[in-house]
Amino acid sequence: MLLVCGDGLNDRNIGRLNLSNLINTMQLAFFGGVYNNYLALDAAVRDARGRGAEKLYCLGDLGAFGPHPDRVFDVIHDAGVECIQGNYDNGIGNGMDNCQCGYTDPRDNHFAQISYDYTYENTSQCHRDWMKELPTEGRLELDGLSVLLCHGSPRKTNEFLWQSTTSTHFLNKLADDFESELIFGTHTGIHWERELSRNRRFVNVGVLGRPENDGRTNVWYTLLRTGDDAPSGPYEIEFVPLVYDHERLAREMAGEKLPEEFIETIMSGWWSTCLEVLPSKERRAGIY
Amino acid sequence: MVDCPTVELQALDELWFQVAGTRCNLKCTHCFISCSPHNDSFGYLGLEEVERRLKESIEHGVKEYYFTGGEPFLNREMVPILELTLQYGPATVLTNATVFKTDWLERLRDAEAASIYSLEFRVSIDGPTPEINDPIRGENTFERAMRGVQMLVEYGFMPIITMTRTWELEEDQDVLGRFRQVLHEYGYTRPRLKVLPRLQIGAEATRTEGYGVHDRVTCEMMDDYDAGQLICTHSRIVTDRGVAVCPILLEAPDAHLGQSLSDARTPFALSHGACYTCYQYGAICTNTSVNQIEQSRSTIT
Ligand code: SF4
Ligand code: SF4
Repeated sequence: MLLVCGDGLNDRNIGRLNLSNLINTMQLAFFGGVYNNYLALDAAVRDARGRGAEKLYCLGDLGAFGPHPDRVFDVIHDAGVECIQGNYDNGIGNGMDNCQCGYTDPRDNHFAQISYDYTYENTSQCHRDWMKELPTEGRLELDGLSVLLCHGSPRKTNEFLWQSTTSTHFLNKLADDFESELIFGTHTGIHWERELSRNRRFVNVGVLGRPENDGRTNVWYTLLRTGDDAPSGPYEIEFVPLVYDHERLAREMAGEKLPEEFIETIMSGWWSTCLEVLPSKERRAGIY
Repeated sequence: MVDCPTVELQALDELWFQVAGTRCNLKCTHCFISCSPHNDSFGYLGLEEVERRLKESIEHGVKEYYFTGGEPFLNREMVPILELTLQYGPATVLTNATVFKTDWLERLRDAEAASIYSLEFRVSIDGPTPEINDPIRGENTFERAMRGVQMLVEYGFMPIITMTRTWELEEDQDVLGRFRQVLHEYGYTRPRLKVLPRLQIGAEATRTEGYGVHDRVTCEMMDDYDAGQLICTHSRIVTDRGVAVCPILLEAPDAHLGQSLSDARTPFALSHGACYTCYQYGAICTNTSVNQIEQSRSTIT
């Protein structure tokens, strides 16, 4: 297969985060792991714009799981989505031999390796190079709020912060150590938030790549409103359920001969692989 | 900087409690701190002491709490201790699953349901058959522990079955496959399993052999090694004598670092044979959901 990079991404600065942005009175959209799901990404861009989001951010893991890895980059470029690096982007960008999720169960590793190898082979070199250079964190100043964007946690790209295994005082300490009032992350695949001391907050923005292990086929992203856009406080967070053409995604996955187990997740909303890392509360919410 | 092979506490992410001391109703031949019904070299921790430590842990930003012994459920206050802990953070209890009472599990199920945090049970069973398990853990312990697993499953828990590897590494997949099958037969249809390496200390040093003088972590070995894999770089354990470096070295005098969590943040020299096993196998004591591999970080400024 001939892999051609979109012209836009050859400009190496497009899609990268401009740090220490000073922004006033804003509505911003945050997308979590895309996992090659360019259909959901495209739907999310349009949905967020339709709701008035002025800036769009992606918190990393562009690849994995879904079909046609190169297609997400056109969407990112055309929409001006600013990105930080996830563990997957780090792995693909640096030509590593696995996704660095750190699974230990052989079945998890088997499926993780299939999607990693597929994504690696089908990501053109210019996109790999671009991912390699993405920053691992971003900082925004919004109406006097200091906002930190990361992939897993502010201290480690591939740290899993699950709702049921992350204490509030741990998050408070992260907010202290990283001097942030709002921390946005993704990585686990399930959105959640926690109010912290002094009106600070941790937000897991969810992922666009696959549904949330709740038997529904939609995916999730997150909106942040500040200033006049947030009448009820210094800021407002909204988790947005996003319906997209998941049947088309499943057909394209089948066309690419991706595992049945992955396609079933897209069609059913239940996770069937890489379950080992789930804590018991999150695991019990699913059926596998 | 500290002299190698000494490691610093990077963050106090997990706080352990030696909540049953060295008291256990079993007397496993591989127990690395030689627990038994009569070993009282370490004593129980009471609810008040646990509460004091939970409060102390807040400013350290502890992420998760772990409870071990001995057998934690020999401690009469174990149920209230877990109920209290679930108000502070996630809790994991390491148990042999042979002494449960239904009303305890009912209370714990309710406590977990009322909490935003998970309560994890890690149940030690050393193989998929009594023939493998019982010679190590004692007569009938396989059946008793499997009954305990059934009870946990009946109360909606998903215990993580942990086994110490008393077979060759290459046989892991075979043993795990057989174990999944057996657990299915006992009604546990979504089993979670974890294999741990043997630690050649305590009773295990008598069962097989202790560490040789060369089984030590050296300075050269620390080059390019991710020390974050060692539990002593992100954990400490509360005992009835104060705070120690890790759950493994309790019998070593130098493992006891001080009375307060702040005192116990001091670096630790990896001078023990068990450190060599940790070095080889990584974070052997924590749950899989906290395993992660260190990645280089960059920020564009
Ligand atoms: S290994 Fe566990 S169950 Fe066995 S004697 Fe030691 S503490 Fe008790
Ligand atoms: S036994 Fe393991 S956890 Fe304990 S001090 Fe040695 S290396 Fe660290």
